[in-house]
Amino acid sequence: MTVKHAALAEKFIADEPRTNWHDETLWFVREKRDKAAHGLPEWEQLREWGSQIKNATLSNLANYLKEFEAKATANGITVHWASDAKEHNEIVHKIIKKHGIQKIVKSKSMLTEECHLNEYLQHNGIEVVDTDLGERIVQFRKEPPSHIVLPAIHLKKEDVSATFHEHLQTQKGNNDPQYLTEAARQHLRNKFVESDLAITGVNFAIAETGGFVVCTNEGNADMGAHTAPVHIACMGFEKLIPKAEHLSVFLRLLARSATGQPITTYSSHFHKPRPNQEMHIVIVDNGRSKQLAREDFRNSLKCIRCAACFNTCPVYRRSGGHSYHTAVAGPIGSILNPNLDMKANADLPFASTLCGSCTNVCPVKINIHEQLWKWRQVIVSEGYVAGSKKISMKGMDFLFSNPKIYRLMGKMGRKSMQLFPFMVNNRFNIWFKQREMPTPPKESFRDWYLKNKKSQN
Amino acid sequence: MSARENILNAITMNQPEFIEIPVIDSSVVIQYDDVYAQFKTVLESIGGKTELITDITALKEQLTAEKENGSFVVNTISALGEVDEQVAFLSASELEKVEKAYIKGTIGVAENGAIWVYESQMINRLVPFICQHLVLVIEKKNIVNTLHQAYEKLDVSKEGFGTFIAGPSKTADIEQSLVIGAHGARSAMIYVIE
Repeated sequence: MTVKHAALAEKFIADEPRTNWHDETLWFVREKRDKAAHGLPEWEQLREWGSQIKNATLSNLANYLKEFEAKATANGITVHWASDAKEHNEIVHKIIKKHGIQKIVKSKSMLTEECHLNEYLQHNGIEVVDTDLGERIVQFRKEPPSHIVLPAIHLKKEDVSATFHEHLQTQKGNNDPQYLTEAARQHLRNKFVESDLAITGVNFAIAETGGFVVCTNEGNADMGAHTAPVHIACMGFEKLIPKAEHLSVFLRLLARSATGQPITTYSSHFHKPRPNQEMHIVIVDNGRSKQLAREDFRNSLKCIRCAACFNTCPVYRRSGGHSYHTAVAGPIGSILNPNLDMKANADLPFASTLCGSCTNVCPVKINIHEQLWKWRQVIVSEGYVAGSKKISMKGMDFLFSNPKIYRLMGKMGRKSMQLFPFMVNNRFNIWFKQREMPTPPKESFRDWYLKNKKSQN
Repeated sequence: MSARENILNAITMNQPEFIEIPVIDSSVVIQYDDVYAQFKTVLESIGGKTELITDITALKEQLTAEKENGSFVVNTISALGEVDEQVAFLSASELEKVEKAYIKGTIGVAENGAIWVYESQMINRLVPFICQHLVLVIEKKNIVNTLHQAYEKLDVSKEGFGTFIAGPSKTADIEQSLVIGAHGARSAMIYVIE
């Protein structure tokens, strides 16, 4: 069995000041999101439109995909279809081999992370340079991104400085973000200029026009795509939207929800390859059609990957992205990943307080916390929870369905906590970990109520 | 069966019952009293600069002076004099040396400070991204309230490429500290013609 969220989170929170910093920094991003959202009186209407457009797209997806394919092909783009991660990686590899390509730059694409494209190509002796600054940092460190929008949010500038000193020969101990970013700019400009192939993700693909939109703040997707003779854009099939005018809704929602910016610096619309350029689109399923069949979970496919649910989540902020052990972490990852591998990701829907904050900030109104709760039920009925959890749940079930026993146990609990506090204040009680146990009340609410009701009468 | 058929069949079988696309009524969205003032405020908050000019010829002198100084400046605007058509054929390593580029934009968006640029306006797709400093010129009458009005006016598939640019390239990937000048232009100066 793989290491689970709770164990990985325990490792993360061992460094308390860093955990606090992580928590506060992401909350700050959440506050910026609030400010941006509140600046638009029509914000709730926008979310409603975003949600409805995505619902409509999912309800007629096969036709929109066919329309997109036909238009993109007519625009001179080659369209490929991949059933799973393996096929996706093979298609990309085949294009690389056909051209004998050596130098590859890639901008941020969570789909290629999900498919483990870099590792696949590396096994075949091909090196890919990630060009988003955060992604380059974690790539140097041989780590996966810990956040889908802010890949290196788990690191401090001292860590980045040490990494750049090792790989880019920057001055030892120079932690100035301006200096470090400049070093990356120089290093990556060389990579862009030499590149033979650019791989990018896709934020939105437009059925009506056969084009696609890629959003970045750094300009790295454009630097690669407009330089390299070959451009491959990789997308999950749920990236589709019916019409170009719908971009207005999604571009207004995306950056505001993600970082609180009114829009990303660059929102580039690709429709045709430039002269002598080859442009490919790989449309990937990889479990998505299965998720589409799950009525309770299908609207997770509406996600536009803004990460607002990460930034607001009290569990994500205090456990870090790596504790989710999957490419897409956070609340949305916890409802997407059980579909991909229920057994390996059975822990994720439990890594939540079900507080519902994720659902409240989601720009396309995905009912994330309800889906987390529903996944728990599916996972338990499929038998993917630990025996101890199953037994304790059975016990609770018994207790809560028998009021007399419940009251008796409550009384015993209160008494024993008063008389023998060491019975609960010890390391064998997991609720005692990192917590003080509360002072037990003298009586239960029920006893108090019965007594006071009488005295009022 | 091919992957294409498999995927499309699975989707057809699994997709929910048909739902109509909603009508987006852009009359309910925000309207600014002064679109230029809003555009300027937002753009400056995201690291760009704006200046109102009465006549594009005011920029002509500046451009000529910069060219005479020997710095590699690219002009793509015919109203500013000779257009540097040759950039269409320059390689990335040559364009990497471009100090400044002057490009005309089609539409400005007040709510977010973005400017739409068609491929034909940049001549080479790489120019607005690879130049060290970017100068964009738009007409005041072409500033709209929000993206809804922008998309009503644009035909995004008219050309092979087009982009919204909102200020200079930036990143906050190191400890959330904002740094201007990640991979693209280090500065964005927007001249708005009255």
